[in-house]
Amino acid sequence: MKETVGTTGLVFNEPLLWEKSKKGRMGYALPKADVPHAPLDAALVSEGPDFPELSEVDVVRHYTRLSQWNYGVDSGMYPLGSCTMKYNPKTNERQAALSGFAGAHPLLPEALCQGILELLFHLERYLAEITGMDAVSLQPAAGAQGELAGMLVIHAYHRNQGRQRLKILVPDTAHGTNPASAALCGYRSVPVPSGARGILTPDMVAPLMDEDTAGIMITNPNTLGLFEKNVKAIAALVHDRGGLVYCDGANMNALLGMVDMAATGVDVLHLNLHKTFSTPHGGGGPGSGPICVKKHLAPFLPVPRILKKGKTYRLSEAFPESIGKLHAFFGNTGVMIKAYSYILSMGPNGLKRASQLAVLNANYVRKRLKDCFHLPHDGLCMHECVFSDKHQLPHHVTTLDMAKRLMDYGFHPPTIYFPLVVSGALMIEPTETESKETLDRFIEALRAIAREARETPQTLKNAPGRCKVRRLDEVGAARRPCLTG
Amino acid sequence: MRYLPHTEEDIAQMLRVVGVDTLEDLFAPIPPDCRRPSLSLPEAKSEWELNAHMDGLAAKTTPAGACKNFLGAGSYEHFIPAVVPYLLGRGEFVTSYTPYQPEISQGTLQGIYEYQTLTARLLGMEVANASMYDGASAFAEALLMACRITRKNRVALSRAIHPHYRRVVQTYFAPSGYALETFSFLKDGTSDPEGFPKETDLAAVAVQSPNFFGCIEDLWRFSEKAHAAGALFVTVFTEPLAWGLLKNPGSQGADIACGEGQSLGIPQSFGGPGLGMFATKMAHVRHMPGRLVGKTTDLDGKRGFVLTLATREQHIRREKATSNICTNNSLCALCAAMYMASLGKSGFKALARINVDKSMYLKRRLAQKGLTPAFQGSTFNEFTVKAGPEFAKKRKHLLKKGIIAGLPLAPYYPELADHYLFCATETKTRKDLDTLVSEVTS
Repeated sequence: MKETVGTTGLVFNEPLLWEKSKKGRMGYALPKADVPHAPLDAALVSEGPDFPELSEVDVVRHYTRLSQWNYGVDSGMYPLGSCTMKYNPKTNERQAALSGFAGAHPLLPEALCQGILELLFHLERYLAEITGMDAVSLQPAAGAQGELAGMLVIHAYHRNQGRQRLKILVPDTAHGTNPASAALCGYRSVPVPSGARGILTPDMVAPLMDEDTAGIMITNPNTLGLFEKNVKAIAALVHDRGGLVYCDGANMNALLGMVDMAATGVDVLHLNLHKTFSTPHGGGGPGSGPICVKKHLAPFLPVPRILKKGKTYRLSEAFPESIGKLHAFFGNTGVMIKAYSYILSMGPNGLKRASQLAVLNANYVRKRLKDCFHLPHDGLCMHECVFSDKHQLPHHVTTLDMAKRLMDYGFHPPTIYFPLVVSGALMIEPTETESKETLDRFIEALRAIAREARETPQTLKNAPGRCKVRRLDEVGAARRPCLTG
Repeated sequence: MRYLPHTEEDIAQMLRVVGVDTLEDLFAPIPPDCRRPSLSLPEAKSEWELNAHMDGLAAKTTPAGACKNFLGAGSYEHFIPAVVPYLLGRGEFVTSYTPYQPEISQGTLQGIYEYQTLTARLLGMEVANASMYDGASAFAEALLMACRITRKNRVALSRAIHPHYRRVVQTYFAPSGYALETFSFLKDGTSDPEGFPKETDLAAVAVQSPNFFGCIEDLWRFSEKAHAAGALFVTVFTEPLAWGLLKNPGSQGADIACGEGQSLGIPQSFGGPGLGMFATKMAHVRHMPGRLVGKTTDLDGKRGFVLTLATREQHIRREKATSNICTNNSLCALCAAMYMASLGKSGFKALARINVDKSMYLKRRLAQKGLTPAFQGSTFNEFTVKAGPEFAKKRKHLLKKGIIAGLPLAPYYPELADHYLFCATETKTRKDLDTLVSEVTS
């Protein structure tokens, strides 16, 4: 390949904030003191925190330089599997920053917050329509909190039925958060092996599903990027034995306008607005993880719920069977505004098109790389495809080496070593917002890396060479933790 | 659609490579009875139509600037310097993921390491995590952590803790088998140090300071009594600016200090996203939920930062993890660090003092007009007043004039009928305060 996207340029060294500090500087305009000073009792007062002292210019340069050491979707392709790193539209940021929204106090009297309640009410309806489910709560602040909310709903349902259950089925292709969320509800996870073709089969589930099992947590499409096509039969089986079906909807980006989640037999599912609905990931949040339920679970949703009476929107706590509150207020409203803005920008056809192109992109990558990398499960995939390092291991090159080398070519690495069912997994989710030209460059980069693995494996061992730092000592960091400066 | 770069020609070429004829064919693995014929959603809006629509909705919500809002209670109006949203808007920060690949994520990693450090200094604790969702869920996780550390299953919470926070704890505890009890507050508005049981089966005693009524608690008294009972002492806060002036939780014996960081440069946004701040002692670090950034070196010995101690976390430990948290509120943590760095040591303290001055001025002036302080305890930027039964009507009337005269406490505390919680931060001028006083007493 002639010229790669990745190159080197001038980036700056930048010390830690307190290494730049100089006593007497301040980067803030103190409001004028226009009332008399009212000192507190000396016994209550301290010196105040030892914060660094910087001018406004110091702060601006500091964070500008730090930002230049980062890679985002705005910089280039970020094919992290199961994370849906699609483009984050800038108009969404404008909408969430409108003073009516950003400046709104959460305890405003209802008459003063009709606009935001109207928005949230409709967002709930849109998400219900998109999933086919009946009722929605926007309150969970992230996917994992959505999972917890879903598990709490299942727990409350069984308690209401008069008998609590002890276990929950979790397929081996599930996100790591699934068993952790189930554990918070006191459920013991029972692993369900996926079949030889990477998907669940009713005969794998049947012997495990008993009267002590609360239900099953299914990720669909699963973490191999495959649609669980037996989901309906499995759901019927679980329902027959009094269980419920939870769906991790983190991978919903494959299915918008294509699949009716309610028809697949799901009772409760969570969505990640920061994946499917284009809100930015922010280096690890804030996200938003609404849950969508069928009618029979609606009474258990978190409160407050938003109701509409005539032309007025109001918040109601009058749901005695509710699991309660998960957030001090209503969840990450600022994130919800961005998702609402995305849904209105895309419209029904745009959303469907987005899923179609996400699936097209993943299949295109799969098809064009499968002669270089081992593909444990061939055949049409959904929004992501999972390769392994099996062909490279004879050259002592691992998935980690290839991931690090990809940075030198100007791409963020895919998700690696996940799902656990594939040894040395490389999980690639291109998303619909990458063009054919970008995908071609990415594919060329990975093909070049496969060549290097055979011919000059040391290049990969030394990678990355073009980033701000070289490989970091993660073992040392964990052995002697230094967590503050 | 402008976010979708594919031309018809691209699609045709790519379909050929994949070996199918149409986009629909890509979905062949999905059984027909799971399919969806169409979505019934509003037609797509252009960018300009969307702006008009959103402007309309925003106009039907009253932001702090458009009214005189004296509400606090867990969400605070503070000035946000222009540099904070400007720097925070940089795409490299906003559009990146959790920094799993450290070589290409040093900006986020150093930024969060600095956040952890400033948070630890603010709270007087040894270690802080990279953030939680909000103050309430951070508090719930703190109590679960205390139960894990002590292997006991009862916690005692002061009733002067934000009622919403206590409800979130209830939600998290409901299926766990852990027991939750509350203890009362005294006449002066502070928690009763004799109120919680002194048996040794308590995992944690928890107190909020400044508490929900605005009163500053003597944390040291609680930590002594909690420790004597073999429990951990958990402190929670909704207004982190208070630690600019007050003795911090660490210096008063807190084992875990957690709370809401929205005041640190984060817009109120109808209650979220905010920032769950969470700090503890190094001895407990392996029981702590959430991400952690640590300092290390690269192959050339250069300083760098990585996510560390991941063996506590769900993606490694699965059901044995310390928490299920994965995505946190990283960008909000970065925002808080920018804010703390901008104010600096002297600015942060001075601003805290201004908050006290403004609220004390209002408290005094209201008292002169008959809205007397309900509690004698010292306060930071919020305080509770006792009004007459006629005040409810007056307050309703003032809403029409764009003045939100405090939060009625009766829905949260039936015994506190006619009590109102007022907040005055640096955003209120003397004129604003005087106007409020003359309006409520006119």
